[in-house]
Amino acid sequence: MSTKYSVTIDGKTVEAGPKQTILDVCKTAGVDIMTLCYLEGVSNVGACRLCLVEVEGTQKLLPACTTTVAPNQKIQTNTDKLKQYRKMTLELFFSERNHICSVCVANNNCQLQNLAREAGVDHIRFPYIFPEAHTDASHKEFMMDHNRCILCTRCVRVCDEVEGAHTWDVMGRGYQSRIISDFDQPWGDSSTCTSCGKCVEVCPVGALWPKDAMLGHLKKSPEMVTELVHKRKHRS
Amino acid sequence: MSKKKVATIWLAGCSGCHMSLLDIDERIFDVAKLADIVKSPVVDTKEFPDCDIALIEGAIASEEHLEDIKHIRAHTKILVSMGDCAVTGNVSALRNMIPLNDVLLRAYVEAPSNVDGKIPEAGKGVSRLLPRVMPLHEAVKIDFFIPGCPPSADLLFYCLFELLNDRIPVVEKFKLG
Ligand code: SF4
Ligand code: SF4
Ligand code: SF4
Ligand code: FES
Repeated sequence: MSTKYSVTIDGKTVEAGPKQTILDVCKTAGVDIMTLCYLEGVSNVGACRLCLVEVEGTQKLLPACTTTVAPNQKIQTNTDKLKQYRKMTLELFFSERNHICSVCVANNNCQLQNLAREAGVDHIRFPYIFPEAHTDASHKEFMMDHNRCILCTRCVRVCDEVEGAHTWDVMGRGYQSRIISDFDQPWGDSSTCTSCGKCVEVCPVGALWPKDAMLGHLKKSPEMVTELVHKRKHRS
Repeated sequence: MSKKKVATIWLAGCSGCHMSLLDIDERIFDVAKLADIVKSPVVDTKEFPDCDIALIEGAIASEEHLEDIKHIRAHTKILVSMGDCAVTGNVSALRNMIPLNDVLLRAYVEAPSNVDGKIPEAGKGVSRLLPRVMPLHEAVKIDFFIPGCPPSADLLFYCLFELLNDRIPVVEKFKLG
């Protein structure tokens, strides 16, 4: 880590180290970037595309959470183009599944809702798909409601990388993708799930929730997984 | 300043938004100073008159709703989607995941409260349901959106009062429910 170099973020010159992601550099520099699938403590996959940034010299928008910085890179995080894309991406999450906030446990405690408000979403410009999506109530403590899943794969990563159970995975392609437990069995029949509840804590929306949660009173603590990972790393 | 003409309309909703609107209580006097309510579930006029602001509760579920909203749009300066059913479809659109005929069967034949039930013929007293319930902005241009199921009385009053004073409301200030 001895070789430090500089990059510019929104016109400000900041120091960066090799292997750092653009998101890490922005965090150190105090530049706020909208993220959703990102969770400190598990791997980055670039699933939600909300953290896209513009980098001089390339036409492509790059996800800040999975792109490593390069020397002298000129990065823009909040151009009009990016704001528009973010808003569109958020709207597409809503149109892709059945988000009926008024009957959702996560109402008012939902990261998707919060980000949509922050981005100024006041209605969804794309036609709603209203897909057929199911709920899985087979687990004794938890619910899985595919109507609200945004396929961020936080559950998949935390179950695999932190709990070591790898109960969850993704099946299918495109908008037909679904989160599955084991070999697409009911969650309650899973032979790998330890019922640790980590997936429920990190799910940013109302897709995974404890059965004893009351409508609109759900509180989640994704940071507990971050803390856990941090503590394990620093155990002597 | 002459008084503005305001309408409040109830389409495919549960009337909850209108209940919330009634909950503005004595602030109705502040509204009355600035506006005449020219059409509303509590005002007995048949035709929809020209108006400055129309607050619409509910989604569009039937052919009649669709005709209504187009007519209202043509006669309204500022058209407002009031509440989640109008803005997103919300609970009114829950049937979109189920084939329409199954929905009608359930309501008119299978539900335990029916005795010798049958699906009524559309056009004879009941309007034909659209295959898919839609939020208002899928049918007509909407000028302002008020979220919530229902929006709180405070939020409704605030939005209406701002619009009556020719200002654009800032919804972000409110905790939504
Ligand atoms: S997960 Fe969030 S956005 Fe989706 S229905 Fe629940 S509260 Fe609304
Ligand atoms: S409860 Fe724990 S083990 Fe079970 S699926 Fe969730 S993270 Fe994996
Ligand atoms: S269940 Fe929750 S954590 Fe898992 S992919 Fe869906 S939204 Fe993300
Ligand atoms: S936070 Fe980077 S893609 Fe989701």
